[in-house]
Amino acid sequence: MGDFFTNLDRRWIFLGMGIVVALPMLLGLSFPEEPSDMVRDVFAAVDTLPEGSNILMAYDYDPATKGELEPMAAAFTRHCAKKKHKLYFITLWPAAVPMLRQNIDILESEFGDDYTYGENYVNLGFRPGNEGVIKVVVTDLKELYGNDVNGQDLQKIPMTRNLKNIQQMDLIVNVSAGTPGAKEWVQYAASKYEIKMVAGVTGVGAPALYPYVPAQLTGLLGAIKAAAEYEQTLIDAYPEFAENPATNEALRRMGPQLIAHIYIVALIILGNCIYFTDKRRGAAR
Amino acid sequence: MKRTVPLCIAALVGFVLILSEFIPFAQSWGRTAMIWFDILAAFAFVLGGANLLKIHLLKISSQRVGWGYSVITVAAFTITMVIGLGKFGVTPSESFPQFTWSGDYLQDGSGFWWMYQYVYLPLASTMFALLAFYIASAAFRAFRAKNTEAIILLVTAFIVLLGRTYAGIWLTADPLAWLGQTLYGDPQALAMFRLDVVVEMIMGVFNMAGNRAIMIGIALGIVALSLKVLLGVDRSYLGSEE
Amino acid sequence: MNRNQNVTLIVVIVAGVFLAIRAATGEFGKVYTRTETVEFTPEVQEQVGDSVKPWTIEKPVDRAEIRDAQGQLRADVHLNIQRTLGLWLAALGTLCILSFLIGDNVFYKLAEAVVVGASAAYAMIVGFWTGIVQNLFGKLMPGVMRETVLPGIPESNTAEYVYIIPLIFSVMMLWRLAPVGGWISRWPLAFFIGATAGIRLVEYLDADFVQQIAATIIPLIVVAADGSIDYAASLKNSLIVVSVLSCLVYFFFSFEHRGVMGVTARVGIWVLMITFGAGFGMTVMGRIALISDRFNFLFYEWLWLPKPG
Repeated sequence: MGDFFTNLDRRWIFLGMGIVVALPMLLGLSFPEEPSDMVRDVFAAVDTLPEGSNILMAYDYDPATKGELEPMAAAFTRHCAKKKHKLYFITLWPAAVPMLRQNIDILESEFGDDYTYGENYVNLGFRPGNEGVIKVVVTDLKELYGNDVNGQDLQKIPMTRNLKNIQQMDLIVNVSAGTPGAKEWVQYAASKYEIKMVAGVTGVGAPALYPYVPAQLTGLLGAIKAAAEYEQTLIDAYPEFAENPATNEALRRMGPQLIAHIYIVALIILGNCIYFTDKRRGAAR
Repeated sequence: MKRTVPLCIAALVGFVLILSEFIPFAQSWGRTAMIWFDILAAFAFVLGGANLLKIHLLKISSQRVGWGYSVITVAAFTITMVIGLGKFGVTPSESFPQFTWSGDYLQDGSGFWWMYQYVYLPLASTMFALLAFYIASAAFRAFRAKNTEAIILLVTAFIVLLGRTYAGIWLTADPLAWLGQTLYGDPQALAMFRLDVVVEMIMGVFNMAGNRAIMIGIALGIVALSLKVLLGVDRSYLGSEE
Repeated sequence: MNRNQNVTLIVVIVAGVFLAIRAATGEFGKVYTRTETVEFTPEVQEQVGDSVKPWTIEKPVDRAEIRDAQGQLRADVHLNIQRTLGLWLAALGTLCILSFLIGDNVFYKLAEAVVVGASAAYAMIVGFWTGIVQNLFGKLMPGVMRETVLPGIPESNTAEYVYIIPLIFSVMMLWRLAPVGGWISRWPLAFFIGATAGIRLVEYLDADFVQQIAATIIPLIVVAADGSIDYAASLKNSLIVVSVLSCLVYFFFSFEHRGVMGVTARVGIWVLMITFGAGFGMTVMGRIALISDRFNFLFYEWLWLPKPG
């Protein structure tokens, strides 16, 4: 038995992983989520702002991480739109340009009556330069962004006419998959110019950003779990969101998450049992 | 000329940007330097693409092992580039309908959008999704509790893995509530030992402390390295003597 | 046949049978859209008059809204061949990449070659239209850009010839590809490196050093508003300070880790092990979410399996 596991073809492990993710998804396994204090802080940061506040929606993720960050970004977009904030979409990642578009589609399809392009939201798009872009837009945005993605001069768009730089933002909402991302926005904008900021990041990136909380970063959503908690908080605060199945995307994915986590724990325990058994057998010989 | 001028450029730009942080009249110089930096960054994308093309064309011409796949790479590259540069399927901007080329290059339904949506997005995201399987394999084969440090790492990992899902609440909420009620007459008395609460404590105290120390160390390293580059001590970025 | 081939054959047969059953029992793998005509704003309509006719765009329709209550295709909805072909390409590409789990194979290598080429070109095109056209050509020749791709540039904008400098630097950077004169690319590279060093020196020193130290100078004994000692907060703060200091002592390699220093460094290692354990747990969480998303695509967007609930 020990030899069987020692020489186990890893494809069986892959198959197991596939099953523990697929089955709960197909069966619709889901669990209630209890928001943590950190998620509540992030929620409050958006919710307590006066209606019509200026929010920079800096979405810096790509297809590789959209599985984890798209539900988070969508939840932020819906929440800000519900509060009728003015949204400025921007990105530092070239592959995130369609991601901005998807969030704008949410505004058009779900909030179209109350939300007009140019008056309530604007898509500034992407500029190359990583943190170099932040360095410029934090003092003079129009030096780098002469027009929006539709080619319209920012001077002619009502909500950007008087926008000099992002220091005029009441909040930066950053969804980030890596570099450039939350760390750079904290270093070059939020921390330096004391602009309030919240961030949603991948599970990989979240631990490294905890030192910034709460002095430089008001709150942090880490991984799909935090996205699910945020969605739950949103639904609890605004029950009308519960009618829209698109608002519980992260909540739906927590079912497979739980089973897969138990699978990983079991694999680690099994691997260690085999290791110590082999070790004792080797010592006995 | 080949090495001295670049060293001077690096030092000049770097110190101008540092000065612009502290001296108001130098702020505009710093902003100009960053705008030029951003333009160069755009050309860096072009350089990257052209370099890829060069490598694969060389591989095809010398017919090295795997050159067939290089043909596919070059074909995908060329098709995407032509579609993107030519703005195939892009309608004019609704604000400027009389200008044929005014539309967004990544407009919904355009050729470039199609390449992104149905070629780049699914393939790139699936590439990274494979990591889930490899992490499972690594968990089985590599994570061994060989010493105290490894045990601490693994126990923390277990707590986080279980605490960050409903399993943490399911395993500990009711038992702790019963215990709290039995021992102290208050079901919330031992709530701080719930796995989800313990995870928050681990992340907010120990993880934060460890990452803070790493961050401080990295910051000092970056400062030292940046000074070495600006003062011309570190010249590795210039490549070999030529 | 060897083991790899056996496994592959079994997987292909199972997948084929499943797809055949799925095709026989219902439709799947289709994208339906609705045709809409764009509407010009009154200002734009007045400007263009009848010289430009509004064009049509395709809006995707959710599969729940394709058919009416009687199961008939709605009048304004039609099958979009282009997007349907794309969906199948995406699904097959996803399966090609996943086939790597069985073993390295030609399908995976093909898909990999495609994504390498497409992603490099994608980044290049995005960089071109956003950085080069908008910020370089738009500044150097605003008139030409205004008449072609950037009609939104104000009439008052004139050419800023100072942008010739970044243009020259950019051309010099591309010289890296040339067989001779590779040293020319060192000038713009030095500009890059110098700029990066300059901005990072200050910002890392501020946000990652000074402010982190400031955030660690916290009271070890926290007094609540009513004057009593808040033991939980005091313990938390004490643990943070002790943990940060012990980790920093561990990183201090100028002195041998012996005696008090050795004990403190050991505590530091334990704190770092907790950090890495937490990092591992969060990483696992992240990776599983990615495969969850791909399965979501395959099951619900391609195969149109019934969504639970």
